Amino acid sequence: MSTASSIDGQGTAVGQPVLAASGLVKSYGRVEALRGVDFELFPGEILAVIGDNGAGKSTLIKCLTGAEIPDAGQIFLDRRPVHFRGVQQAKAAGIETVYQTLAVSPALDIASNLYLGREIRKTGPLGTVFRMLDTAAMRRMAREYVTRLGIETLQDITQAVETLSGGQRQVVAVARAAAFGSKVIILDEPTAALGVRESRQVANLIKQLRDNGLPIVLISHDMPTVFELADRIHVQRLGRRAAVIIPATHTMENAIAIMTGAAAA
Amino acid sequence: MTEKAVTGTQPGEAALPARQRANPFQALLHDHPSLGPLLVLVASVVVFGGINTRFFNPANLSIMLQEVAVIGLLALGQTIIILTAGIDLSVGAAMILAQMVMAGLAINSGLPAAAALIIGLLVGLLTGLINGVLVTWFRVPPFIATLGTLGVFTAAGLKYANGQTLTPNPGSLLLWTGTVINIGSFRITTGVLMLLALYLVVGYALGRTAWGKHVYAVGDDPEASRLVGIRSTQLLVSVYLAAGLVYGIAAWVQIGRVGDASTDISSTLNLDSITAVVIGGVSLFGGRGVVTGTLFGALIVQVFQTGLALAGVQELYQMLAEGLLVIAAVSVDQWIRRVRR
Repeated sequence: MSTASSIDGQGTAVGQPVLAASGLVKSYGRVEALRGVDFELFPGEILAVIGDNGAGKSTLIKCLTGAEIPDAGQIFLDRRPVHFRGVQQAKAAGIETVYQTLAVSPALDIASNLYLGREIRKTGPLGTVFRMLDTAAMRRMAREYVTRLGIETLQDITQAVETLSGGQRQVVAVARAAAFGSKVIILDEPTAALGVRESRQVANLIKQLRDNGLPIVLISHDMPTVFELADRIHVQRLGRRAAVIIPATHTMENAIAIMTGAAAA
Repeated sequence: MTEKAVTGTQPGEAALPARQRANPFQALLHDHPSLGPLLVLVASVVVFGGINTRFFNPANLSIMLQEVAVIGLLALGQTIIILTAGIDLSVGAAMILAQMVMAGLAINSGLPAAAALIIGLLVGLLTGLINGVLVTWFRVPPFIATLGTLGVFTAAGLKYANGQTLTPNPGSLLLWTGTVINIGSFRITTGVLMLLALYLVVGYALGRTAWGKHVYAVGDDPEASRLVGIRSTQLLVSVYLAAGLVYGIAAWVQIGRVGDASTDISSTLNLDSITAVVIGGVSLFGGRGVVTGTLFGALIVQVFQTGLALAGVQELYQMLAEGLLVIAAVSVDQWIRRVRR
């Protein structure tokens, strides 16, 4: 089956892609990590990216998030070509990434973590001259935001993150990525370090974000989670996109067969 | 025990279901990092005051405060650096260099005291800049970078001083920090007031500004802070610069307190400042602690030194007590850091 028809055949992919790439090539010395990868993420969907080790998953994601600069090929955000020279540029353009290593600061409280790197200062001379933070406003907005996302597990916004469980910390990291006018969220193995119940909290939040209209790229080895959450699945193999499948028509066994090359895409 | 506690802060550890119920006292100390040092300070004051009532003599208390001004300032600069999981072994040497430049320019080169003071403060900033650049651009671990600059700054100070003891003229601006203010039977100096003012300024910067949050974040988990877009190079350089300026001010306070400038100052200043920070509940692993804790830590060290001296204890036992205090403080810190709720 061709990748194009699988997209067209399903109602999930409508409109123009939010984030797209065509013909991405990236080599590290003599190793060709990407050999012309195409990629599309459509509005309001969860796109899973799966693939065996060395298939080029992480290189693909690094190119999309500005962590690596592709040797050839183009990336489009909202149909406009973009050339990210670093993670900061991709962030500024609205691509937020949540990394497998929890990018939260354990000693700071939840509100401080949500606003880390984009703190709000008080208005007037207190803020401009004395650079005083508006802690009360940040806490109020963090509380509203957490309530709006329906994250019951984060009750006390002033609680230090180190007192939270691994799942709750990952919820904080995902919530932060989604909080700031982002167009796309990329989640790199968000549940890899979590137990079953913990993974559930994070999975629920991911669905919630998608239902709020935020398109999500989910990189994961966890097949059950991928098949539960994903609208479409991008299968990466040997530096290329081997197929795009959907959970309704393919089983996990099919997906693994494509990943390993046991079945033609 | 040490290993467990250290890995307890690693991000990956979050995966483990380590939700042991915290002991309420442990949780309290965890939430209020300066509470432990305060309790120790109160206890030690009560004990030493009980052993020798001369301890509570206003003259004695006044001298203790004046003594604590210099080490308290060095510990303040040290605190900002340790919060970023760094360390500064060159504090004392940086201060001595700055004070020799101040006094030397004013006395030997005949510069106006104000100009000499400003250049001395700039020397303090320069020492911070050197340490900051070594730690960031040259990626030298703080321990090694400042061990190296300890030697460099010490040598520079000795070379510049050339064995002299420089005494500013009475009334010189350089001696202003020694001005006595009588409050009842207490004798406070302007140096002590500057100490308190700087603690307020740095406490505000750390607690109420984005810069302060970023200092904690970088010390807590450098990778996580990089991923949220904190520019750690600029931040770390600004931290070492701020510390360097504080050391420059400490040099001024030192000249005012002693009345002259010489390189012949206790070589334990470097380690004493670290002792005060650690006893003050600031974690050597970064990201944890407050400046009020450091102030209590500096006071504890002073109370022990004065108290043991008044009790007629030999100096070797004073060193023993200080050593045990440091070990106890770090052990307690390790215990507090394991808190989970």
